[in-house]
Amino acid sequence: MNVPQVYASSAPLWAVLASLLAVPAILACTRAPNLREACTLIAAVAKLAIVLTLVPDALNGRAAAIELIEISPGITLALKADALGVFFALIASALWIVTSVYSIGYMRGNGEKKQTRFYASFALSLASTIGIAFSANLLTFLLFYELLTLATYPLVIHKESPAAVRAGRMYLAYALTAGLVFLAGTGWVYMATGTLDFKAGGMLAGSGLDANSLRVLFCLFMIGVGVKSGIMPLHSWLPAAMVAPTPVSALLHAVAVVKSGVFGILRVVGFIFGPELMALARLDLILAIFCGSTILLASLIALRQDNLKRRLAYSTVGHLSYIGLGAALLTTTGFMGSTLHLAAHALMKITLFFCAGAIYVHTHKTEISQLDGLGRAMPWTFGAFGIGALGLAGLPPLNGFVSKFYLCLGAMDAGQTAILAIYLISGLLNAAYFFPIVVRAFLSRDLKNEKYGEASVWVVAPLCLTAALAVAFGVFPDLIAPVFSLAEIIAAEIMQLAPS
Amino acid sequence: MIELIDDYYAYWFCFLLLTIGLYGVIVKRNLVKKVIGLSIFQSAIILFFIIAAYKDDSTVPILDPRIEVTNADAYINPLPHTLMLTAIVVGVATLGVAFALLIRIYGKYATLDEDTLMERMK
Amino acid sequence: MILGHLAVLSIVFFFFGAVIIPLVSRLGTWVPHAVAVATSAIVFVINATNLGYVLSQGTIRYAVGGWQPPIGIELVLDPLSSFFVLLLGGIAVVVLWHSRYPAAAELPGRTAPFYSATLLMLGAFSGIVLTGDLFNLYVFLEIAALAGYALLGGGSARAAVATFRYLIFGTIGASFYLLGVGLIYMGTGTLNMADLSAIMAVTGVEPLLVIGFVFIITGVGLKMALFPLHLWLPDVYASAVSSGTALVAPLGTKVAAYILIRILYFVLNPDLSRFQLPFTQVLGILGAAGIIWGSIMAIAQKDMKRMLAYSSVAQIGYIALGIGLGNTYGFIGAVLHTLNHACMKACLFLVSGNLLAAGRSQSIDALDHSLRKSMPWTSLSFTIAALSMIGLPPTAGFFSKWYLLLGSIENSAWIYVLVIVASSLLNAVYFFRVIERLYLPRGDVAAEEAPVVVADNRPSLVAPVVFLALLLVVLGLGNVIVVRQLIQPMLPAGF
Repeated sequence: MNVPQVYASSAPLWAVLASLLAVPAILACTRAPNLREACTLIAAVAKLAIVLTLVPDALNGRAAAIELIEISPGITLALKADALGVFFALIASALWIVTSVYSIGYMRGNGEKKQTRFYASFALSLASTIGIAFSANLLTFLLFYELLTLATYPLVIHKESPAAVRAGRMYLAYALTAGLVFLAGTGWVYMATGTLDFKAGGMLAGSGLDANSLRVLFCLFMIGVGVKSGIMPLHSWLPAAMVAPTPVSALLHAVAVVKSGVFGILRVVGFIFGPELMALARLDLILAIFCGSTILLASLIALRQDNLKRRLAYSTVGHLSYIGLGAALLTTTGFMGSTLHLAAHALMKITLFFCAGAIYVHTHKTEISQLDGLGRAMPWTFGAFGIGALGLAGLPPLNGFVSKFYLCLGAMDAGQTAILAIYLISGLLNAAYFFPIVVRAFLSRDLKNEKYGEASVWVVAPLCLTAALAVAFGVFPDLIAPVFSLAEIIAAEIMQLAPS
Repeated sequence: MIELIDDYYAYWFCFLLLTIGLYGVIVKRNLVKKVIGLSIFQSAIILFFIIAAYKDDSTVPILDPRIEVTNADAYINPLPHTLMLTAIVVGVATLGVAFALLIRIYGKYATLDEDTLMERMK
Repeated sequence: MILGHLAVLSIVFFFFGAVIIPLVSRLGTWVPHAVAVATSAIVFVINATNLGYVLSQGTIRYAVGGWQPPIGIELVLDPLSSFFVLLLGGIAVVVLWHSRYPAAAELPGRTAPFYSATLLMLGAFSGIVLTGDLFNLYVFLEIAALAGYALLGGGSARAAVATFRYLIFGTIGASFYLLGVGLIYMGTGTLNMADLSAIMAVTGVEPLLVIGFVFIITGVGLKMALFPLHLWLPDVYASAVSSGTALVAPLGTKVAAYILIRILYFVLNPDLSRFQLPFTQVLGILGAAGIIWGSIMAIAQKDMKRMLAYSSVAQIGYIALGIGLGNTYGFIGAVLHTLNHACMKACLFLVSGNLLAAGRSQSIDALDHSLRKSMPWTSLSFTIAALSMIGLPPTAGFFSKWYLLLGSIENSAWIYVLVIVASSLLNAVYFFRVIERLYLPRGDVAAEEAPVVVADNRPSLVAPVVFLALLLVVLGLGNVIVVRQLIQPMLPAGF
């Protein structure tokens, strides 16, 4: 049995509380913007620090756990920092620091209103995300999942324009429906097995559910996490939510919200159903069909978008399904690829969104057709964009190549040449919709764009940092943080291989 | 069939009153007539209890020195009667409240017909 | 000496208060309100003491006037009735505390009869919950009804019309109940609930008794606003005085739900009402229909109180569904939902009372986002209560729906699962519509608002609302305490 050895510690709780406690502080400092921003940064650094203390244990197969109050007879609100949880928490908290710095530059540069609500909602969203990462059972997961929806709603409607309100309504409609369907699935699991705890390798084995019930249950869970993962046809909220300010799009819709969705897929596939049951009831086929078609369709739709953020949104939809498809392969390398891609895509996508935001805040341009020749005026920005685009297309030496390599390996290990083809074709499509942007930015001429310079350093520094990290992780996957080793451990846990 | 009617004629009467009362409440347009229907309905139920208390060849439940106290069969069942005293009072109070409401309605809308009332309330 | 009579004191104090108020109202306009709040507070303390005693020592049976049951009337304090009567006292204190300004504003010069009728109604509710005698229940039912008519109909003329219709419906309902009691008396010769239960265990249930119970359940269903007998509810709740609605809405229908639980699971043998007679199945179906109907109708409403009234119909449907499921989780869900819904609805109607007191109309279209600045606490409490009604964690509403879901799944009643999920979404539609109005500007770029006058400045208006909203979060996270300590002792036999 390859399960982490659990020990009691309040560290997971403190990781969640780090930003939760920042919320009242931020609300109180509404009249002192610098103090307010300092609260956010302190909380972000504290959160990352706490998560980092949990990393060594995760690498050694130990998991800090804490049980809070009982919320239903026999089920407690419980947090457990196992390898997958630590992995996700690491990404989210690290990128929060970068995004906070970026937000300061962006929000002040744009003169946005309601900044207190923005930073407070951000902190609450991150608390929910870490809560999702560290959830030890389905009910805790659901609680933080719904909390995430509520916390990100004020961020989506930030501009308070009619389009923003409409986007917010759509987001709520999709997300709340998903939450309720997930709840139904949770109730079913509880009545069938008497427990809701996540277990590496699957907890439904031996539950006595027949194949058809398992399929319906799987569909319920997939709808539940599929909305946030942007699996078609549940993806429509994501492009609509691009109406929010770019820092929101960057972190939440490229990292926290959608990554919570695919994290949910990994939990459902690996820790609730398990590879054996997935194969037995052919659930992997269901997942593969939906994710595969999403990848291709999303890439094709992305080609036709002129609005930069919308193109990025559809690209996100496609890449999230990379992760889902990788999970459907049910091989060790496939799971490693999925997990690595969760991190790689986060880093690269956030770079791209930061660039889009930098362009907007400095030039107020949103459409790709307006960006000709801007690269020469904003070389750092578009350089970083180029790096991110290369990575998403899956080219070395970026971390996007590493994750894609493992995903393809997984497809070959599973003998699924169709999936291998999907990955490769999608890589080409990625190149097709990203490279022209960079090429035209550097090589075309547009006289109107020559007068610009780079945006403020608060905005440009984060995106250069993330781009550099993308390269660093590509060359040395275990460099700054043991991302690769954690991915190995996670895959081993899910596949129930002996710990190495 | 005849026995069914003959033995239980009192209950049939009761049932008839119930139906008349319900008819009044539901069908009649005039609010006062609804109240009257309600009152008939309640009376029907009261009568039902009273009928249930009756025994053949027995007398009112007031102690008669010619009959022994322990001979319960000689007296009709007093309990339903006492219960119905309460029910009658409740019915009277309900009538009172109903009429108070009707006075208020009439004072404001000058009609007691349901359809006209709906019109005037718009 | 007095402790031996604690059981009956809750009823007695309410009636005493009701009688005292007209007498002492001459002393000042503040007096009726103060007496009402004080009485409710005393009764709450008594009820809490009783609950503690019952949970530790067992059921209290109190023979009124010293006459022994089954001939005499007895009051029964078991975990179920103590829980409900405590709920009554608690909600009464909070709502009456809040009612000072709204009652004075909406019923100028007539606050004394208002509070008197309120206490009368509360005393009668307590009597319904505590009594162990079927006919005594009818008497208290009618006292509560009549006091309720006075309470709800004493405002505008529209309220009088709505209350008149309620009177017709309610009296028919109570009369059906009486007819049922008559049939049962004819069949078994007893009116005492415990005695009836014992007799039916020996003789079985004959058709006469089944008809009797059908009449009883129909009558109580009318009082509870069970679909399709709910037609009186929306008009009454919408047009009555805010404090009146705030008191009747959380409590009136819950008391009727209590009667159903008592009849179906404690007087009738639970196995009988669940498996041999179709009572619980029908109740479940009607509950589900009420949930969907109430939620759909609520979306169509433009007036805030009418929307909340239809929402109440839906919530009563949840409770009926829980009772109708007939298993442990369903029962826990139903009882927990009576507690949660009482708090939620009280909070929501008090919010609408606050809006009225601030001079706002009741129409949803009239709400605008200046409210988030002028009435921040009220808006926040509304949001929390709305999230609880929708069923989002960690508020209380999520957990009662969770238990109802578990109960439905246990029975493999997938239709009910679908109903619960769909209705939560429908609830989200009409509640988020109001939340959007409260917090977001309509139309394009918001013009800078004129300096807003903070209307949330009276503690007696704001504190109860905020208290109830916080209570919802506490009840949510602490629901296991309620379930383990209070609800599990009251589970019927065979659960």
